[in-house]
Amino acid sequence: MRADRPLGRDGRALLGGALLAAAILVAALAPLITTGNPAGQHEVVATRLLPPGSTDPFGAFHLLGTDRLGRDVWTRLAYGARVSLAVGTLAVVLSVVLGVGVGGAAALVRGRLSTVLLGLTDFALAVPRVVLLLLLSALWAPSVTLVVLVLGATGWMTIARLVYTESLSLAARPFAESALALGSGRGRLMVRHLLPNLLTPIVVASALGVGNAILLEAGLSFLGLGVQPPAPSWGNMIAAGRDALMDAPWIAGAPGVALVLVVVGCTLLGDALQDRVGPARSG
Amino acid sequence: MLRPLLFRAAAGVAVVWGVVTLVFLLLHAAPGDPAALLVGAAATPAQIAEQRHALGLDRPLPVQYAVWLARFARGDWGTSIATGRPVRAMLGAAWPATARLVLLSLLLSYALGIALGVVQARFGGTGLDTALSAASVTLFALPGYWLGLMLMMVFTYELRVLPAFGAAGLDAEYLPGPARLLDAIRHLVLPVATLTIIGVGGIARFVRGAMLDLRGSLFLTTAEARGVTPGRLLIRHALRNALIPVITLLGLSLPAVFSGAVFVEAIFTWPGVGRVLVEAVQARDYPVVLAAAAVSAALVVAGNLLAELLAGWADPRIRASHAG
Repeated sequence: MRADRPLGRDGRALLGGALLAAAILVAALAPLITTGNPAGQHEVVATRLLPPGSTDPFGAFHLLGTDRLGRDVWTRLAYGARVSLAVGTLAVVLSVVLGVGVGGAAALVRGRLSTVLLGLTDFALAVPRVVLLLLLSALWAPSVTLVVLVLGATGWMTIARLVYTESLSLAARPFAESALALGSGRGRLMVRHLLPNLLTPIVVASALGVGNAILLEAGLSFLGLGVQPPAPSWGNMIAAGRDALMDAPWIAGAPGVALVLVVVGCTLLGDALQDRVGPARSG
Repeated sequence: MLRPLLFRAAAGVAVVWGVVTLVFLLLHAAPGDPAALLVGAAATPAQIAEQRHALGLDRPLPVQYAVWLARFARGDWGTSIATGRPVRAMLGAAWPATARLVLLSLLLSYALGIALGVVQARFGGTGLDTALSAASVTLFALPGYWLGLMLMMVFTYELRVLPAFGAAGLDAEYLPGPARLLDAIRHLVLPVATLTIIGVGGIARFVRGAMLDLRGSLFLTTAEARGVTPGRLLIRHALRNALIPVITLLGLSLPAVFSGAVFVEAIFTWPGVGRVLVEAVQARDYPVVLAAAAVSAALVVAGNLLAELLAGWADPRIRASHAG
């Protein structure tokens, strides 16, 4: 079925890729395609809460309107994309490093250490992630670095499980046995032979993980425990629009739509890749 | 059947204990002094020290841990530093609200999600399937706190038909029985709808996948050959088998559902464990944070156990493997 088609002909891959590419472009080109200053204010009373598509008394055009401080929502959205994408990607990179480390070590050493590592993974999976996130980000001063660390440290378990089970099944295959018979050590077997075969499932899990991390970052920022204002993040923009829902729904509306589009992009791309890897579903 | 269950229960207790220990250590490793927070910015060092002594914070960490754990196990969860109320009373008042919210939305989102997944599997590959897939991916991507705000905007501010704050109206205590019930239900609608909608997408995706995986199974071909009607084949044969992984998913998804509830409670000022937790974390209210984390972990662990029991009940093969 769909798995036979090249990725470039899969509608989901195309749409997902296009959504993500658009978000990345907007983030990268933010200084060129916006006013260039997400915290920029001009005569608050005259410029605040302008609806999308209006021009303020100073001749500046506001594609998505302005917020209650007269800041351009489109500009803040584009700069917020930088935060969301960077935090999501870095957190998932950290999760992958931790997950491959723990899962790979558990598959490699077996015995008692393996039991401990797997027990640790099961334990971490049973802890409600948001409880830990809230706790960690409330106890230390909120910052972007902290959000990345916390998201990375609470998101590695799926990858560890995946790496562990896949490594075990791969290690029983003839190519792995021949590598061992030819004198390859266990570490070399892992790095040179097993990990390259694990790359695609890891990429699939990461694509879904990035979407999740972006949602959680926005959630933390929404509660005031993530990226701190005046720096724009989609989460704190939604929070700021909360008390202007009636007068200016675009303030909270725009970042929410952006979040949904980016997460849909990650999910579609992950789904399309998943079908090419095999019938196994993501959990 | 009993032995693996006891083992699971013991593992569950170990998880709760682990969470509590982790939270205890994190709270003490973090910067910031709850005693200083409590006595205020104008306090002298001597007053802070006195407060620390009163709270037992000046004792060695292992002693604090041992004392606290022994008390906790006995059910004495201490007093909230921020509000002065007994922690147990605070959480005792809060957990039914969270349970009501989570259970109702779980029920609704699984009913809707399974129905959607079945319809998609029945019409697999058609335009309807594609449209529903697009819908479920979008629902899956919706952040709960944002959806909650948007629903609030439409139903509370624009249409003025549903309340968006708390679990009961200000005048609820003076209302007669039926009106009071109606008031409670009206307050439930938006939070439950938010949690349900964000859950449906993931479940529909999973059910559709599980049903499609069964395509071409020998038992389905046999049933078809025996002349079982397509509708019956879909529901009695395919769905029943597809539901087994769905029940396991139910257990695994509990931490995520609870996480969603934390945000939804914050949006709708719903008086549940999630809101208690958020407020306690912001106020560095140690005893409340510890107990709220333990209660949420316990709720999740209990849910996992329940899901395992249900899976055993739904699938004779699992029961057989437990008995053997």
